[in-house]
Amino acid sequence: MTLRTSFHRLTLCVAAVLLLAAGFLPAQTGTLQGHPEDYSRADIVHGARLYAENCDRCHGPNGTGVSGVDFKSGKFRHAATDRQLTAVITSGFPESGMPPFHLDAADLTGLVAYIRNMNTLDRGSLNPGDAARGQAVFEGKGACLNCHRVNGKGSRKAPDLSDIGAVRSAGSIERSLVEPSVQMMPINRPVHILTRNGKAIDGRRVNEDTYTVQIADQEGRLWSLQKSELREFTVSTKSNMPSYKGELTPAEMSDLVTYLLTLKGQ
Amino acid sequence: MRRFASFALTLFTLLAHGLNAQAPVTYDRLSSAAKEPQNYLIYGGDYFSNRFSPLTQITPANAKNLSLSWVYQSAVSGSWESTPLVVDGIMYVTQRPNDVVALDAVTGRVFWIYHYTNDPKVTVCCGANNRGVAILGDTLYMGTLDAHLVAIDTKSGQPLWKADVADSAAGYSITMAPLAVKDEVIVGVGGGEYGIRGFIAAFDAHTGKQRWKFYTIPAPGEPGSETWGNCKAATAYCDPEAWKHGSGSAWVTGSFDPNLNMIYWGIGNVGPDYNGAQRPGDNLYTCSVIALDADTGKLKWHYQFTPHDEYDYDSVQVPVLADITWKGAPLKAMLWANRNGNFYVLDRATGKFLLGKPFVKVNWMSGFDDSGKPIQTPQPPGMPTYPAVQGGTNWYSPSYSPRTRLMYVSAWEDEGEIFGGVPVEYKEGMNFGGGNLSLFVPQADAPSKAIPNAPTIPNLRRGPINNWTDAGGHGAVLAIDPLTGTVKWRFRMTDVTDSGIVSTASDLIFTGGREGYLQSIDARTGALIWKQNLGAQMINNPITYSVNGKQYVSAMAGLSLFTFALPN
Repeated sequence: MTLRTSFHRLTLCVAAVLLLAAGFLPAQTGTLQGHPEDYSRADIVHGARLYAENCDRCHGPNGTGVSGVDFKSGKFRHAATDRQLTAVITSGFPESGMPPFHLDAADLTGLVAYIRNMNTLDRGSLNPGDAARGQAVFEGKGACLNCHRVNGKGSRKAPDLSDIGAVRSAGSIERSLVEPSVQMMPINRPVHILTRNGKAIDGRRVNEDTYTVQIADQEGRLWSLQKSELREFTVSTKSNMPSYKGELTPAEMSDLVTYLLTLKGQ
Repeated sequence: MRRFASFALTLFTLLAHGLNAQAPVTYDRLSSAAKEPQNYLIYGGDYFSNRFSPLTQITPANAKNLSLSWVYQSAVSGSWESTPLVVDGIMYVTQRPNDVVALDAVTGRVFWIYHYTNDPKVTVCCGANNRGVAILGDTLYMGTLDAHLVAIDTKSGQPLWKADVADSAAGYSITMAPLAVKDEVIVGVGGGEYGIRGFIAAFDAHTGKQRWKFYTIPAPGEPGSETWGNCKAATAYCDPEAWKHGSGSAWVTGSFDPNLNMIYWGIGNVGPDYNGAQRPGDNLYTCSVIALDADTGKLKWHYQFTPHDEYDYDSVQVPVLADITWKGAPLKAMLWANRNGNFYVLDRATGKFLLGKPFVKVNWMSGFDDSGKPIQTPQPPGMPTYPAVQGGTNWYSPSYSPRTRLMYVSAWEDEGEIFGGVPVEYKEGMNFGGGNLSLFVPQADAPSKAIPNAPTIPNLRRGPINNWTDAGGHGAVLAIDPLTGTVKWRFRMTDVTDSGIVSTASDLIFTGGREGYLQSIDARTGALIWKQNLGAQMINNPITYSVNGKQYVSAMAGLSLFTFALPN
């Protein structure tokens, strides 16, 4: 116990405690993991590709390459839940030779989905899409750039997708193409505003608190508004995006998802 | 002459700021804290933890004129959960992890800082938090992260003694402000996520010697031990002595009724938090309120809000004591808005259950049986439970105004969570939660289904830009009528709130939230009177006090402590 111990020491102490604390904080962005219905085919297909790239060398294509580990058994000593399996992948077992894998949320979702389903699926039966063909669909038949923007190209009407492959899983992207409203993030819900002096603004929220709201309109202009000065402020749960159900072939859909998964941001 | 004038002015200022009025804070002063409206002497404002101030200078009519008096900037990052005390013009506030800072309550200038160096092996679940000090005589008392109790001289900031309370290597910690009663100092221990055996203990205020200790988890043969059943042999990590790691932490300050000579304390979650199969039974005294004899620590009564909890519904709210008229007769009541989403009225003399009613969406239970025990309705696997793990409210303090006869509660509304238990082995100092949890943002047209990967309410911290919305839950201040449990008015926020509430005799309340606004609200109507953006989330209990006849309001946001007053 001393008075005025150095700030440096204090900072180290606080940092250590924060690190300890961080281990407990529950993850806040998980899907309904651990339930079979949560594994979409798109995630499994994406995971199969990642598995081949990252896991085959040690675990083998059948998941039996490491002594005492059999992915096809569906039983995992250290991973009763998907969250624990994710932790195993990202932390590894360095003392046993398994390195940590630094994958983003979308890739982890896919890899876990594939590993969980290895006991019922034959990897050869999965048809991965082609990213180059998918980009052609995105920019051509799909006309996605009419509303979205990728790496500085396209419109600002709808969310920028430059990092969509890092933040959304394959299954979520695929479902967004089929049922846009269901998968729409609440922050992207269309907002219609009419100010007290009659100005109409349509766009999406970028931030909101009790008293103010910040909007990006369809031209990408940023607005900050006092709610008390608005005549109308409505948030729609219906997406402006059309469904691509029936508009794209299954192969085009698979290619498009594969392309979007390559968009990892800067 | 000028130098003399300056000296005289300085002397006058020092005198005016209370340096001539620093009388010891006796037990009598603590027992009648309401007679000193200028001071804030106890964590809960008074022994009844009403957080009601008799001050009236700031009113609904003039609160719009509040302006900044001073700012104290700490150099410590992390959520600042402390509630300051103010005694005769001096403010005592803790900052992370275990500093005590003595400030001039008029200027914010520092008199001294006491720094306590914790054992580096300290183990805490949720950050290096400390919620404040207790004062008795000329001594301040602080619990430490490494589970010690230290006594500090109010005038010099020098330590007087240090008492061992528990073993931090086994996951014990102290984050609450102690409670000083008569000539003893009472603290409880944190560590509910580490399989501790919780307790509350009293220490001699002069020597630091332990007077009594009450374990919140009974040992075999003790009353309440029958609520710790035997797990099935096939249960993973079945432990016949599960009670030894049953948690029952106490990490927020209790209350005291001098006439009944009982202290009241809210008890935290059971261990493991989420996997009930490892600990069959009701698991007393977890998620309960206990009433103890203030002199001996003997149990007088208990009421369990959430038997066999699997949702981390700590009952660590501050017990609010109020003398009210209940069905035509005087009642020594205890009012409690619980983390489990229900508002309760208990008879604090006997523990009798009188009323229970949800104040937020609740689906883990459907009602109460005749004894006041909740009828539990566990949700199917994968379906959301309301309220979520952070609860309908949490540790931050409510307020009760004897003028409006309303209880003011910071609430989290419409936030659901998918809970799941996972077998977990007890290992000393290791997390013993045993859960697989996911917060939940419902689809617009299918409220029982989640939007995958939708941003949910962050657990503790908030950046300057939100990427989530209130679709997954939001905050509110609720004014609850204790006689009926109904919400008389609701002040809705977009973001959630971890801010406590203070009410005043001019029928104002002050509170904050994660948006960073310090707000003054009409206590009778819920109308906003004044707000000021402080630039960072507020995770503490605002206070109000006065010095030399001027009323101040203080609250922390981010790394800074802000104090407001009316212009001269």
